[in-house]
Amino acid sequence: MHYQYLAGKAKHLLGLCLLAGGLAAAGSVLAEEKAAAAAGEPLKIGFIYVSPIGDAGWTYQHDEGRKAVEEKFGDKVKVTVIDSVPEGAEAERVAREMASSGNKLIFGTSFGFMNPLLKVAKAFPDTAFDHASGYKTAANLGNYNARYYEGRYLAGIIAGSMTKSNTLGYVAAFPIPEVVQGINAYTLGAQSVNPAIKVKVVWVNSWFDPGREREAADALIDQGADIVTHHTDSTAVVAAAEEKGKYAIAYHSDMSKYGKKAQLTAVTHHWGDYCVSEVQKVLDGTWKPSSIWKGIKDGMVDLAPFSDAVPKDVVEKVTTAKAAIVSGELQPFAGPVVDQDGKEVVAKGSIMSDEDLSKMDFYVKGVEGKLPK
Amino acid sequence: MLILILTATVAASIPLVYAALGELVVEKSGVLNLGVEGMMVIGAVCAFMVAAETGLLWLAVLAGAVAGALMALIFAVLTLSLMANQVASGLALTIFGVGLSAFIGQAYTSVALDGLKGLSLPWLSSLPVVGKLLFSYDILAYGALLAFFGVSLFLYRSRAGLILRAVGESPHSAHALGYPVIRIRYFAVLFGGAMAGLGGAYLSVVYTPLWAENMTAGRGWIALALVVFATWRPGRVLLGALLFGGATIAQFHVQGLGVEIPSQFLTMLPYLATIVVLVIISRDANVIRLNAPASLGQVYHDDVH
Repeated sequence: MHYQYLAGKAKHLLGLCLLAGGLAAAGSVLAEEKAAAAAGEPLKIGFIYVSPIGDAGWTYQHDEGRKAVEEKFGDKVKVTVIDSVPEGAEAERVAREMASSGNKLIFGTSFGFMNPLLKVAKAFPDTAFDHASGYKTAANLGNYNARYYEGRYLAGIIAGSMTKSNTLGYVAAFPIPEVVQGINAYTLGAQSVNPAIKVKVVWVNSWFDPGREREAADALIDQGADIVTHHTDSTAVVAAAEEKGKYAIAYHSDMSKYGKKAQLTAVTHHWGDYCVSEVQKVLDGTWKPSSIWKGIKDGMVDLAPFSDAVPKDVVEKVTTAKAAIVSGELQPFAGPVVDQDGKEVVAKGSIMSDEDLSKMDFYVKGVEGKLPK
Repeated sequence: MLILILTATVAASIPLVYAALGELVVEKSGVLNLGVEGMMVIGAVCAFMVAAETGLLWLAVLAGAVAGALMALIFAVLTLSLMANQVASGLALTIFGVGLSAFIGQAYTSVALDGLKGLSLPWLSSLPVVGKLLFSYDILAYGALLAFFGVSLFLYRSRAGLILRAVGESPHSAHALGYPVIRIRYFAVLFGGAMAGLGGAYLSVVYTPLWAENMTAGRGWIALALVVFATWRPGRVLLGALLFGGATIAQFHVQGLGVEIPSQFLTMLPYLATIVVLVIISRDANVIRLNAPASLGQVYHDDVH
């Protein structure tokens, strides 16, 4: 009855909206290109983001990379940003438009942009593409990602030292290796200073849903977690901890504004140096697709300034561990690593390979619950 | 622990109660407004903007309600005065609301806000168990309960409510009896918008005191489903909201406790329940005839007889 009609109508409406939006965007891009040609050919660079830039979070950090590029190269580059691009077909359209309007280097900063970028890269062999957080490369498609888990390990040391209930809460988005690495590294870091630690994980099945993130954080706190952290994009978890008088370790960006008392530190990621070097290579004509996975040593992952609540001796412990990670002495996933069932996954004396890391699908001992698969 | 789960459940169900009660009144008058999500999200952004600018939470909540009502006014003009199709207009209202709220809320995505705190009543709140369970919420939570009693009494114990239901059952008969069908429906739609706006305001200034694009995240659609789930009865709306809210909260607690139920399964439970209820009531024509407003979703014009 009405509901069938409804579905048909909705498709119709959506189609019209998309068409109108596409036409408008195409028009403005053409106009820009003419203007650029007249002014003497700066390198055109495009950034495609999955969400609005905002003031904290994943896309915000990537946009800091964009700012670094503009600051460094000034007039030599012309940067176009398109944000809030949904993963999938829409991303392909946007990338195609960016490439065909003369952008010679295009950054796509969401996992789900991988296949769309791969397709568009094939169609535009003269354009360089860099994709964040994926695993595929092509003749003109590179990828880059950060070893967030190194920062998680350090954050775990703080949480393990400061918890009174020995229960830590972790709000997680989707059970993909990147998120699981973070949970495990955090647990191992906490265990390195406090073997009795338990980590409770709640999956919200969304990267960004403040309401659900909030509910998840509340549930974890109600179950005895006195320090919560998150691998989701909003500031809701930090805000929940602030309201309930608990501690939080933020992710992506420094979120101390949302939890003045709650935030102990934040695990942050930084893309400026990488973006600048990629732009330089394109300018020099030496760009080749690369597969980058860097961590604390290269400044791609870092911790936000510690709050006053973190005791001096804990700060020292973390500083020492950080130096050890930089020197390569300390590896979060150095053996022995034991999974939940007590099985030794990494033997003593060996280190988990990058390949195994990128396929991680188990919880280490100390994480409660079953990993959804 | 159980008390904590229960209080969290109540808090999660408040926005649903507001939005669904509003939509219930709208549908009882024979109008189907699918724009609940759009009105909610506009209510959320406007309430947040006012709260961030003035710091006055009561004004923010009021602004949320007014903004929701204004959105509803657009819908009312389109469908009641201009005779546009209700289903299409409602969908358009949602798409419009989500986009507009993202646009006007852009500058507010990074603002931190001190939300509305729970009440602390002289000695009631400190009672063991009962204090936490019954007397620890914020004022909007009690407002939702008040709204429930208000709507129930209005619909089933007042003359105005009887007229509204008559308009929903048979606008032509109501018109023949001399009731201003269009005007009554206008009021119902505006009321529904204000209630959806309140639900949105609750989300952005109380529940998660922050503004984020699309932060209602489908709660408007749940509210719509809830009205059907409740077979258009206010009491069941209240119960259903608690049930739906409980399902959300329960899934997080279940995960935290390490019970092996896929979280995705629990996420879909409310929708599954709605479908089951729809199927059950659709099998029995009498149930539909008794509860669903007969003229629901149909365009009405005074001149058509």
